[in-house]
Amino acid sequence: MPERSELANMIFGRLTWEAIPYHEPILLATFAVVALGGLVVVGLLTYFRVWGYLWREWFTSIDHKKIGIMYVVLGIVMLLRGFADAVMMRIQQAVAFGDNLGYLPPHHYDQIFTAHGVIMIFFVAMPLVTGLMNFVMPLQIGARDVAFPFLNNFSFWMTTGGAILVMMSLFVGEFARTGWLAYPPLSGILASPDVGVDYYIWALQIAGVGTVLSGINLLVTIVKMRAPGMTLMRMPIFTWTALCTNALIVAAFPVLTAAVTLLALDRYVGTHFFTVEQGGSAMMYVNLIWIWGHPEVYILVLPAFGIFSEVVATFCRKRLFGYASMVYATVVITVLSYLVWLHHFFTMGSGASVNSFFGITTMIISIPTGAKIFNWLFTMYHGKIRFEPPMLWTIGFMVTFVVGGMTGVLLAVPPADFSLHNSLFLIAHFHNVIIGGVLFGLMAGITYWFPKAFGYRLVSSWGKASFWFWFVGFYFAFMPLYWLGMLGVTRRMNHFDDASLQIWFQIAAFGALLIAIGIACFLIQLVVSFRRREELRDTTGDPWNGRTLEWSTSSPPPQYNFAFTPLVHDADAWWQMKQYGYRRPLEGFKPIHMPKGTAAGIVLAGLSTVCGFALIWHIWWLAILSFGATIVSAIIHTFNYKRDYYIPTEEVIRTEASRTQLMAGHG
Amino acid sequence: MADTTAPLHVTGPTGTTTVDDVPPGGYQFHVTEEPHVPNGTLLGFWLYLMSDCLIFACLFAAYGVLGREYAGGPTGAELFELPLVALNTSFLLLSSITYGFAMLQMQQNKVSAMQIWLAITWAFGAAFLAVELYEFAHLIHEGAGPTRSAFLTSFFSLVGTHGLHVTFGLIWLIVLMLQVSKHGLITANKRRLMCLSMFWHFLDVVWIGVFTFVYLMGTLP
Amino acid sequence: MSAQDQTMNGHGDTHDGHHHEEEIGPHATLGGYLTGFVLSVFLTAIPFWLVMGNVFDRSSTTAVAILLIGAVQIVVHMIYFLHMNAKSEGGWNMLSLMFTLVLVVITLSGSLWVMYHLNANMMPHMRPPAQSSPVSLPARTQ
Repeated sequence: MPERSELANMIFGRLTWEAIPYHEPILLATFAVVALGGLVVVGLLTYFRVWGYLWREWFTSIDHKKIGIMYVVLGIVMLLRGFADAVMMRIQQAVAFGDNLGYLPPHHYDQIFTAHGVIMIFFVAMPLVTGLMNFVMPLQIGARDVAFPFLNNFSFWMTTGGAILVMMSLFVGEFARTGWLAYPPLSGILASPDVGVDYYIWALQIAGVGTVLSGINLLVTIVKMRAPGMTLMRMPIFTWTALCTNALIVAAFPVLTAAVTLLALDRYVGTHFFTVEQGGSAMMYVNLIWIWGHPEVYILVLPAFGIFSEVVATFCRKRLFGYASMVYATVVITVLSYLVWLHHFFTMGSGASVNSFFGITTMIISIPTGAKIFNWLFTMYHGKIRFEPPMLWTIGFMVTFVVGGMTGVLLAVPPADFSLHNSLFLIAHFHNVIIGGVLFGLMAGITYWFPKAFGYRLVSSWGKASFWFWFVGFYFAFMPLYWLGMLGVTRRMNHFDDASLQIWFQIAAFGALLIAIGIACFLIQLVVSFRRREELRDTTGDPWNGRTLEWSTSSPPPQYNFAFTPLVHDADAWWQMKQYGYRRPLEGFKPIHMPKGTAAGIVLAGLSTVCGFALIWHIWWLAILSFGATIVSAIIHTFNYKRDYYIPTEEVIRTEASRTQLMAGHG
Repeated sequence: MADTTAPLHVTGPTGTTTVDDVPPGGYQFHVTEEPHVPNGTLLGFWLYLMSDCLIFACLFAAYGVLGREYAGGPTGAELFELPLVALNTSFLLLSSITYGFAMLQMQQNKVSAMQIWLAITWAFGAAFLAVELYEFAHLIHEGAGPTRSAFLTSFFSLVGTHGLHVTFGLIWLIVLMLQVSKHGLITANKRRLMCLSMFWHFLDVVWIGVFTFVYLMGTLP
Repeated sequence: MSAQDQTMNGHGDTHDGHHHEEEIGPHATLGGYLTGFVLSVFLTAIPFWLVMGNVFDRSSTTAVAILLIGAVQIVVHMIYFLHMNAKSEGGWNMLSLMFTLVLVVITLSGSLWVMYHLNANMMPHMRPPAQSSPVSLPARTQ
């Protein structure tokens, strides 16, 4: 191969034609499918001339509802990618025994489990959680938007930029092979000199900026923009969990930023934070990353707990039992989540005194969660339960999460963890709580608030099918892993020699198949519901006979959410309004002050993503240029002082009148 | 339907409680005027500073763990020139007080006086950076750069990150001075000046940590 | 990212004629700034003197002293320069500061405690030497 010229190296950094995986048939096939699919989508969008509409109404929108929906769309798309990774692993582990090496060599397999984890946590769970909080919380507190609407848009595009980088790594270069937390020294420059870890670093850093800003945004929104009369103890529980979650985000993500930055410095500058020579300490990375990592799992699960509280109260036609204790439990979990992180590395050698301390705190933190479960059960007791899909997901959660939580308490015992750390038992445990807790919660939330977002209900038969396939599939997929972990099987293996284990992996693969069907049912549900949307139209805005303020708006709500800001006198504000026979006002409307859409967010995020790409491939001139352009664009944006406008009274009158008509036409 | 004047009773497992005393004529459930939504910029920026605090906490933690790993190379006692650090510290402290003077002028809407104090603040901040850059260049020249040992790695990162923040602050200061000269002391600009004020004083707070924990303690045996 | 001003209520300049301009943020005074400045000068000079003048015999005493003085100066900055009080922003400033401080203490002390134990158990040849003498550390082998 001829040596590349100096000039070419300067222009393209270390990006060469070899970065494109010609020799990997799986990747080539994937690329073909993605490219084809992408062309079809782009073609259709062009054919139907919706680019202008998409740009104006969605991409540059600062409306929290649109941004929330875009987050959820991103999360679902990335769920398909992350799940594809999971299926590939299940298949490999079901067949690769003895002489059969399977179809995924370690080099490829390691990227798959790394990408699976990174995508599921950062680009599925976080966007879905953020999207739901974004959409629902301002409506629940009677606000018209979030505190910083432009930052909201910017945060979304930064998250998308990170996702783009991760997806690009499939086709240009490769991804990290270190596991989703990229421990050094494996992730250091000596052991991983290729671009994989750099893709990881910059995807996370870019998405991380978006996440922290979003955390600040939603926190200030809840503090400052609640409707008059809505004291803290009158907020819906979902808003309480959003408050605590965003506090955790603001408090925890900087630690991730710091840890990943230090890793980047080691790789790019040659510093010695985590190197094995010159005094570095790789254990310090593990310590820092888990100081972030443990609060992160509470960031994921607290909103799910909030969703369950809303769903249980609504579908049991009963006020939530123990509101105050729910709030205290949430706050206690928030604080305690900072005192348990070492349980992720009991085996690293900190010794008995340190391990005991963290083992005890870990066990303590399960108590407030237990209190919540009791509160939900007491809410259901003597309630008029309706088994709609959101309620099914909730009941499924209660059963599944308790199992996962108990295995967590088991793992919290350091001597037990010494046998089970990094075994498949651990994998089963965290999938148990993440799927049973976070994913089931997100599905409950999506099916619960879908009518509010889109104006029509989802077909419940496909929803129930989706739930049952997920629920049964989960147990088939992960219970065998508990057993395998007990037998001593280690995680992240692409091949085994002991043929007696195979049956368990085959059962797990069958479980993955059931989950795949569950996902398919969900997608079919979306399509079928869309096609039958007229007959499923939600005309009242309150399809479930809900209790909180979002159900007082139309479905979907108007751009301004509330023509008149609500006045709150109690928790479950909408329920109280209905008790008192409240009728929405039909006159007296005023012009409404709203923020303007802007392209600045997508531009800044786009430039940041280009900068990330340039840093990954060592294209220094492009990195400097795009970084400079980002700063300059941000400064230029600050010179724009005219960012708002008024919705004229006539438009408000028209919007409200059409809602009146819709409600009247259907009883 | 429901009696609008009777108190709302909530019955739960613990008995029946009354929610609020209903005013005569029933509850009003919406606000008729355009609501006054308090501005969240200052709180939001304060929260950002809290997150920045945590980044610095991690860098301090890294320095705490790695700060004595000299890897056979030079130590803090050998490298740090405390008189220079004292000079730097006074530059930063002075810039804090001059920014304070600028804020006092802003409160009285005296644009020119405020701009002058801001310019002086900028000068002190730039002087701080200049001394720091000189120090870094000197250290690197002596072979004590960030790649020499874990101690020097954590030193350069912590002090360098602080310096980067100061740099951003200086750029922001110029931009703000331009914006004030263009639009005057409108509410938006006052908020921005207050945010920069918080940022600037916060950097001084971090510097207290730096000179205490890194320079002074690093010089001690 | 510089702070963006995202006013939703546009309480800016079109409304200034209707009511008195509300004070943005806490009220600063010359006396406050000067007090803070003078205190800070002292609280900076003393630690430098303690270290540069080798005032105490034991370095651990010096370390404790300068850390304490540093903490005091941070509080001075918070009160006199950052106008920290329990009422600003409805108490949320103080609450978020306390929360952050607790986390900073946990992060710092937790990391130091954990890393000390990890190093002691897992890295015996990296134990910090009593003196900062370069000679006492053997060269690390791979």
